[in-house]
Order: sequence, then structure tokens, then C-alpha cells
Amino acid sequence: MTTTTASTPAVTEDDEPTRPKDTGDPFDQDVLPTPPGATAALLRSLLAPMKARTGLTVLLLLLQQAAVQAGPLLVAYAIDRAVPAFRDGRDGPLVAVGAGYLLCALASGALQFAFIEASARVSQDVLLDLRGRIFRHAQALSVDFHERYTSGRLISRSTTDVESLRELLEEGLQELVTVVLSFVYISAMLLWLDLGLGAVAVASFVPLYLLVRLYQRRAGRVYRARSTAIAAVIVKFVETMNGIRPVRAFRREAANESEFAVLNQRHERTNGDALLEMARYVVGSRLVANTAVAGIVLWGAHRVASGSLELGVLAAAVLYLRRLYDPIDRLGMFLNSYQSAAASLEKIAGLLAQTPSVPEPARPRELPAPKGGFPGREVVFDGVRFAYRTGGEVLPRFDLTLPAGQTVAVVGTTGAGKSTLAKLLARFYDPSEGRVLLDGTDLRELSVPELRRGVVMVTQEAFLFSGTVADNIAIGRPDATREEIEQAAKAIGAHEFISALPDGYDTDVRKRGGRISAGQRQLVAFARALLADPAVLILDEATSSLDVPGERAVQRAMATVLRGRTAVVIAHRLSTVEIADRVLVMEHGRIVEDGHPDELIAGTGRFADLHKAWRDSLA
Amino acid sequence: MMTTTRATPEDRSAVRTLLRLWPYVRPVRARLFTAAFVAVVASCTGLVIPLVLKWMVDGPVADRDPAGVWLGALYLLLLGIAEAVLFGIRRWLVARPLSHVEAEMRADLYRHLQRLPVAFHDRWASGQLLSRGTTDLMLLRMFLAFPLTFLLVNAVTILVGVVLMLVQDWMLGLVILGPAIPVMWTCAVFERRYAKVARLAQDQVGDLTTVVEESVLGIRIIKGFGRHRSQARAFRELSGTLRGTELRKARLLASIWGVIVTLPETAIGAALVLGAVQVADGDLSAGTLVAFLSTALALRWPVDSIGFLLAMSQEAATATERYFEVMDEAPEDPAGSTRTAPAPPPAAARGLRFEDVRFRYPDADPGSPPLLTGIDLHIRPGESLALVGATGSGKTTLTALVPRLHEVTSGRITLDGVDITTMPREELRAKVAVAFEEPTLFSAAVGENVLMGAADGAGKADLDRALAVAQAEFAHALPRGTDTRVGEQGLSLSGGQRQRLALARAVVGRPEFLVLDDPLSALDVHTEAAVEAALRQVLADTTALIVAHRPSTVLLADRVALLSGGRIAAVGTHQELLRTNPEYAHLMSGEHLTSGEHLTSGEHLTSGEQEESR
Repeated sequence: MTTTTASTPAVTEDDEPTRPKDTGDPFDQDVLPTPPGATAALLRSLLAPMKARTGLTVLLLLLQQAAVQAGPLLVAYAIDRAVPAFRDGRDGPLVAVGAGYLLCALASGALQFAFIEASARVSQDVLLDLRGRIFRHAQALSVDFHERYTSGRLISRSTTDVESLRELLEEGLQELVTVVLSFVYISAMLLWLDLGLGAVAVASFVPLYLLVRLYQRRAGRVYRARSTAIAAVIVKFVETMNGIRPVRAFRREAANESEFAVLNQRHERTNGDALLEMARYVVGSRLVANTAVAGIVLWGAHRVASGSLELGVLAAAVLYLRRLYDPIDRLGMFLNSYQSAAASLEKIAGLLAQTPSVPEPARPRELPAPKGGFPGREVVFDGVRFAYRTGGEVLPRFDLTLPAGQTVAVVGTTGAGKSTLAKLLARFYDPSEGRVLLDGTDLRELSVPELRRGVVMVTQEAFLFSGTVADNIAIGRPDATREEIEQAAKAIGAHEFISALPDGYDTDVRKRGGRISAGQRQLVAFARALLADPAVLILDEATSSLDVPGERAVQRAMATVLRGRTAVVIAHRLSTVEIADRVLVMEHGRIVEDGHPDELIAGTGRFADLHKAWRDSLA
Repeated sequence: MMTTTRATPEDRSAVRTLLRLWPYVRPVRARLFTAAFVAVVASCTGLVIPLVLKWMVDGPVADRDPAGVWLGALYLLLLGIAEAVLFGIRRWLVARPLSHVEAEMRADLYRHLQRLPVAFHDRWASGQLLSRGTTDLMLLRMFLAFPLTFLLVNAVTILVGVVLMLVQDWMLGLVILGPAIPVMWTCAVFERRYAKVARLAQDQVGDLTTVVEESVLGIRIIKGFGRHRSQARAFRELSGTLRGTELRKARLLASIWGVIVTLPETAIGAALVLGAVQVADGDLSAGTLVAFLSTALALRWPVDSIGFLLAMSQEAATATERYFEVMDEAPEDPAGSTRTAPAPPPAAARGLRFEDVRFRYPDADPGSPPLLTGIDLHIRPGESLALVGATGSGKTTLTALVPRLHEVTSGRITLDGVDITTMPREELRAKVAVAFEEPTLFSAAVGENVLMGAADGAGKADLDRALAVAQAEFAHALPRGTDTRVGEQGLSLSGGQRQRLALARAVVGRPEFLVLDDPLSALDVHTEAAVEAALRQVLADTTALIVAHRPSTVLLADRVALLSGGRIAAVGTHQELLRTNPEYAHLMSGEHLTSGEHLTSGEHLTSGEQEESR
């Protein structure tokens, strides 16, 4: 990224215009701009709370390796000391060797058990933490982020990307520590056994290190490409499965298959590249290792032949050497998981570095007690202007006051800015300028629970979560009793159809409410809103799929159960206007008419036209 | 495939499950087997190295023969190079083929899923499907790359190693072999337990994926009700459960590692002491003991690794099971049924006809009443019929029967006299165009999204016409015009815009039959009027079934059918039904017929419009 973003923790709206044009919209790419060092910082912060336990884990491994690596030393001792002693009739040293070996065997087994247990705990806790962070962060990010960052990518962040970190933690880190420890131990042993032989072995680390560096550089590229490729596969997969009906109806199967094949093959290619990169590394490292073994044996054998080295020492050295280079394959495995985890972690860090453009206040304020004896609250748009971060101004600066308890209908053509107005009031967006006030309190100063006691928005898309119908209604107020849930459903006219479902309120809606019609879903969404019982209710096209009786039921509910609440109703059907105290007509982001419905209908403005057209459409 | 049989003779089911991978592995079998063979050779090369060492220690070193030492070192070097190169060749051999196997399996899964009945997708959360298409397949690739090969390689290596040791000193060899039985028994017990936990963990990952997915797709509701904390709590609980399962897995793994490390090491210790005694007694040369121990130590990795290789195999078996769970579902039959082709249709049978159609969702309780209990309906060629009914009366279900997204339980639907079940689905769906109530757009250009509804070769002219009909000219004003990509599910467009594009998609191919499910619900009054005017042109010569909630939509159609109690309760013009059918009047006005006075003002005008449209 450029210097403008390097100084700030994340790309904010203000950075956008200064960013070079050629980088394009970062949302078009898979990787969001990650501030330098964010990946490392993320890893540090994940591991920080685990310091003590990580220490314990490493200690266990340290001891375990000590027990394991003692073997050849005991062999050397047995050949050089215990055998001659035994010949001399002293069996003490041999018994000691036997006992020592048994002890080491038991210790290494027990320590291995303890280590795996402990490290699994650490890695599972890290994963739990990371999964939670991604999830909470994604939930905290504002709606406009979700409108631009596809759900498939978000899903792959919290599935495959977390998975690759899991591999690193569960297998990779153990490998790394084992490798490093055995390098250190064995080198020390070799140096202790014989300085010269040890020095040669240590010297062989230099070409190995260079090899590792080379591999790391080359594989890093490949792994990033692979992780991007799998994310693209996931996006396509999810999209197809979620849109299976139109896929079928429009015979998209073949076209989808060829599109999927391209993505799938790209993944196949990068995957193969990664495996080949690994193959090259393994050949290289094995070659270095085996050459070193041959060299050391040559020299050692010469020295034994010339009498300057004991046979036992050479035997032990050779045993150690075999072990010394054994883990280099595993080092490759570690690098493997490290590379893919690093690529994944970078993407996760990029996601976590996105600051919510609609942040929760650090020191939230309470709403004052409702005035005037009814639950509605006053809404004020104070010098509000709204423009998308990419430029286009949606709402030019305006002022608007909605008195408490008023029902306001907002009408206008598609794209006139009605939904944006609603989203500002629901604080899905924050205004670019100005403030939105609820009983005099800026929405930005309210905590989420307080905000949602104040304002609830029901949108056109009535998504159902897996769970029962009752669960879905209870989203409005999780602590609601079954009776209250049924009350809400009755008030909205949804009780009848819910009772007719196989298990009534306990019917599982299965996958996104496949068996519940769009109209019924909107009724469920409404029941939710009734249950939430907010001071201000926003209905954004929330009745579009309802039939006329359904719409009437909603209106009745607004006149009875929701009486006294401030309501903002956006609807293409002007039937809602009948219950409105006030109508706002919007056009190109401006409020062009504002008045009591009767007043406007009697006039000659746009609303009068609209109303006439609507009346004509009724029969 | 024999390898797993040999390595895990106790658990037939895991082996049998893994054998199902054979069709995918078959095309790359030559390379895979060669690679396994190469790996065996490489591993055995490693085992020869201690023998060279023994030869050196007992020969040139003992004899102080420098030339012999050089020769020994040269052998070592050559063997070392051979081992390195062979291992490299093994990896090189399998790298591309295994990625290919994974990709093939994924492509097959995708292809199969696209062809599974819609009812299947209603039942399965896409998170569960996705985890099969990603994590499970990666596990399988890893299984083919490592455990499959190395269970074989290690088995052979251990066998050869044991034989070498027995040849060198049979007594020491038997000591080393001592732990074999307990280790195998432990492995068997471990396998059984691990299989259960592994399956549980994989399913829990699927559940977690579902929560993630829903929380993303339902973000507006979560935000709108400020429920992100309770959602996070639900997520935390699930991921906490997963953590518990993973820890159980780890404990099992830790136990097997513990056993596998301790027992062989103890045996080596015993062999060392016994060997040392023999060397002291002069029954054994020092070189042989060195070679023996170095062989025993060379077998450490093959033995130690059996635990995790078995664990990986077990996970792979579970992944295979999960994969085939989906693959075993019967797809829609692409061709029509083999019923004999009907006689040429009489003129009266032309159009779209429902004959005593009953429908119950296949997964519904067989005892429950069907949703549709006997639909008889005839839409004449070129006629458009509006379908009206209370929320949840089955209108959308009825429309889904026409393109065979669901299959009728009994009765039949005919297009121009031909039973739709005798037609290939491709052909049927080419004839029938649908606009769904939920206007899903795909991640593609606007133009592509619309032209999906047309036959290949449809061009700009068709696109423009369709956009004009649907009043979707806004598409031209998008940043890149009709080449603008609309995001996943077209979220960057408003509901009304998406609906108009979906409508354009339905009409772009000039279909013979058109099924529109509440196609104008999200449009504002002006746009709706404009769409209606344009649609009338299209509908003039199209046989259409239009689900309608409102009078304005109903008026697009020539006649109206009222769906009530699973049957067509009444058919007639809007005016007729309004007068004669109280239920219809209630649905259209929201009030009971008595309070419908104000409707009269619109009546004249609408009937006038209807005249016009004919």
C-alpha cells in the first residue's frame, strides 16, 4: 500500500481519494490491504495469553527430546565402557545402560503424551480465539462492508483460512520445535562427542539454511496464489448452492460447470505448483544431508582407522547423524503449513484491520426517558449529508424532524434515496456530515442494545435463520416467553399459518426457510419487530410480498400494538399511506414534498400523481 | 488399495469406505503405484546404509584400510544421492495427479449438486455442502499423498528392516519384534475410537460453517435487531463444542503416540543390553551391533508415524463417507421418463394444463395432507392466467412444478398436450421461463445475468428489448453499462432493480411459456405501471402463469384462478370473481365484500384497460 495508508491502521473513507487509481477497488481483489506488520501483530496477540502454557509445552518437548536423544549416547557408552567392563566382570555399567534406556523410553512416551495434550490445548484455544475474533469482527463491520465483501470470501476467511492456521498450530509448530530442538541437541551431542565431527555437521546447516530460505521465498508466492484460488472456488460454490432454483430453471448447469472448471483448475494448478515446490526442497535438503553423512563417516572412519577416534564414538555419531537429518523433511512440512498459514493469516489480518465504519461508542449514553406518556421518540436529521465512500452523493445536505409518535410514509421512485434515509436512521450507515438524533441523542453515542431498543428496521429480504419459527421470532427479543412470541404472531396474523406447520412454532425452518413462502417470511420478520417493540420502527419495503389481507394485518398492528411509536414506512404501495400522518416524497436524494397525505393528495404535486396512479391500479 | 487393508485389517469398514475412491484414483493409478514403488525403494535404500556402515566398521576400519574407507564413503554417498533423488521423484510423480484427483472430485461434487433435486437443497445447509467440497477433499488429497503411500512404504520398510535384523541376529531381532502385538492391538482400539470422534468433529465444522454463512447472509437482520452479540454467543458455544471434540481427538492421538514411542524404545533398550552382553562374550561383532541398532533406529520413524498415518486415514475415511453421502443422492433424471410418447395432442389440449395434480413435499410426513390436493387448470395458448391465493396457499409451489423443480406427487402437467415428465428437462426448461419471487442474480455482468434466459447466440438486441420490457434501462447507466458485474446475489442493486433484471431474464428468450412469481412486488407505482404496459405486449402471445398478490398484477392476466385449500376454487375474470367470490374479494381488497364501495371507481377504468389489452 501507499504511504497514505501506511501511517493509518486501516483504509478509511478519507484515504480513498488519495489512493492511486491503478490499485482499483481493494474489494475487487481477494486480499484487503493489510497494514504492514498486522499479520505478525495478530499472531503475537493470539499467542500472548498463551505465553505460560506455550512455555510449558516447549518445556515438555525439551524434556521429551532430551529423553529421546539420550539413546545413541547410551549406545556409545555401552560399546566403549559397558562392554569392556562386562568383560572384566563388572556388570554395573551395563545394568545402568539398560535402566537408563528403559527410563528414557518411558519418559519419552509419557512426555510425548503430555506434550500432545498440552499443545492441542494451546492450539485449540488460539483457534477458538481467532474464530471468535473473525466472527465478532465480521458482525461488527457495517452493512456497507458486507455489501461489498462477498459472503463467500467472508466464509472462506473463517473456514479454510482458519483451517490452515490449525494445521500450522497442530502439526507445524510441533514439527518446528522438534526440528529446532533436535538440531540443537544433536549438534551439542556431536560437538561433545567429537569437536571435529560436530563442527562438520554444524557447517552443513549453512547450505540447508540457504535452501530453506529459497524454498520459503518461492513457496510463499505459490501459497498465496493457492489460497486466492480456493477462495474463488468457494465463492462460486456458495453462490450456486444458494441460487439453485434459478440455476435449474435457467439451465445454468453447463455454463456453471465450465466457469467452475476454470476456477477449479486454477486451484489445481497452484496446488500442484505448491507440491512440486515441496518436492524440489526435499530433494535438495536430502542431498545436502546425505552428502554430509558420507563426508563425516569418511573422516570419522579415517580417524578410527588411525586410532585418533574411538569406535563407539563413531557409532554414536553416525546414529546421531541419521537422526540429525531425519527431521529436515518435517521442516519442509512445517514450512509448508507455515506458508499457507501465513497467506491465510495475512488475509484474516486484512479483514480484522477493517475498522467498522459504524463503530460502537467507547462511552455510550443512555436515552432519556420517553416524553409525553407514549413510547415513540423524536427523530431529527441535523444537517445530514450522505455520500458513498466511492464518491457518488446519495443524499445532499438536509434537515428533517419527525416528532415522537408520528407515522411517516416515504415515497419516491427506486433510487430516490428512501432506503439510504432509512439506513441512516437505523444506523446501518453513519452520515458523511451532520447528525441523526433520537430524542436529542446522537445515534453514534448509543450502545447497540440501547440503539435497538430505540430503532428497529424491517427490510424486504426476510431471511430466516436455521432453527425453529419461534427462535426466528425471538430474534426480536431473545428473552421473550413462548406466550409473548405467540402474541406477536397473532397480532400480525401469522399465528394461523405457523400453527398449521408440522410442529407449529417448533417447526425447523431448515435451510433459509425453503418451505415458508416469501409472504410468510415477511410476517415472521414483522412478528420479530413487534416483539422487539422499539421506539422507532422502520419498514423498508417490508410488506412487498404480502397480500392485501396481510398488509392490512400489518397496518392494524401498527395502529394497535405499535400505537404511539414513531414509524417510518417505505412502501411502493400507497395503501400504507392511509395510516400515515405525514408523507415525504423523495426524488434524487431530496425531499421534494412534505405534508399530510390529504393535503398532498388534494394538491397538484408528485404525490397527487402517484396517488392517482395507485388508485387507478386498484380494482 | 491393498496397503490400507494390510495396515488396518481390523477395521474393514474404513477400508471399504476408502475403496470407493478408486474410480477417482484409477486414472492416476500408474503414477501413484510407481510413486509408491519408488518410495519403497528409497526407503529400503535408507536401510542399506547401516549395512554399509557395518561393513566399514568390521572391515576397513578394523583393518586400518584407507582405500576401503574411501570406497565405503563413496557407497554411502551414492546411496544417499539415490535416496534423495528417489524421494524427489516420488513427490514429483504425484504432485500434479493428486491435485488433479482433488479437482476432479470437486468438479464431480459440484456437477452432482447442481443436478440434485431442489428438495435436497432445501434440506441441506450449503455450509455442510461447502465443507465437503473444501476441507474434506483436501483431507482426501493428503491421504492419497501420504498415509496411503506411507502405510505401504512403512509396512515394507518395517518388514525388510525386521528381516535384516533377524538375519543379523535372530535373538535380538525377536526382542525388537516383541512389542509388535501390543502396538497393533492399541492401533486397532485407537482406530475405532478415533473414527467416531473424527466424524463428530467434521460434522461440527459443518455446523459452524452454517452459522458463519447465515450470520453473513442475514447480517441486516442481525444488525437491525442488534443481535450480533447473541449470534456471537451461539457461535462461541458451537466453536467451544468443536474445541472439546478436537481435544478428545488430541487425547486419543496423544495416547497412541505414547504407546508407539514407549514400547519399541523399550525393546531397543533390551536389545542394546543383550547385544552388549553378546559383544562382551564375543558372540557378536561390534559392527553388527552398530548396524543392528542403527537399523532399529531407522525403523523408528516408520513405526512412530503409524499412529498419525492411521489417524489421517481414519479422517480420510470419514471425509470419503461425507463426500459420498452427497454423491449417493439420486440426481434429477435429465431425460424424460420412458413413458410412451402420447398421441398428437388434440387442439383442446394445447397450452398449459394441470390435470388432477397433487403435491406433497417428498420429505413431508406421508400422513400429512398434501399441499395441493387436486389442481385442474387449463391455460390456453397465448392466454395469461393470474394465480391468486392466501399467503402460504401453495402458489409458489405450484409454479415450481411447471419447470419440474419439484415433481408432482400424482396427476400430470402437460405443455401443448405433452406430459412434462416425458420431456428432457433441458427442453422443458428451455420452453418455460421463470421469474422467482426472490430475484437472485449471479456474480456476472448484468448482461450475462439477463441473457441466461435466452438461447445461445442471443445478442445485444435481445438484451435491450428485454431490459426495455422490464423497465430495467437503469442497467445502461451503471458504471460499465450492461457489462457491470453485479456482486454475489446482486447485493449492490436494490430489490426493485434486481426484480426487474430477473423479469428481463425471464422474457429475454421469448419463451413459449412464462411463469412469473409475484414479479412486480418491489416496484414503485410508476415503474410498475410502465412494466405492466410493456409486459402486456409480451403476454399477448405468451402462455403465462402469474402469481399475483395485488389487483394491479392480476390485471396483467386474461383470467384469474383462485387457489384455496389445495384446489383451484374458482376461475374467471377479475371482475367476475370480485363479484361472486367473497374469498377472492377479501384477498384483493383486504376487507370483506361489504366494504368494497370505493372500489367501484376503479372498476370502469380497469375493465376498460382490460378491453384494450385484448
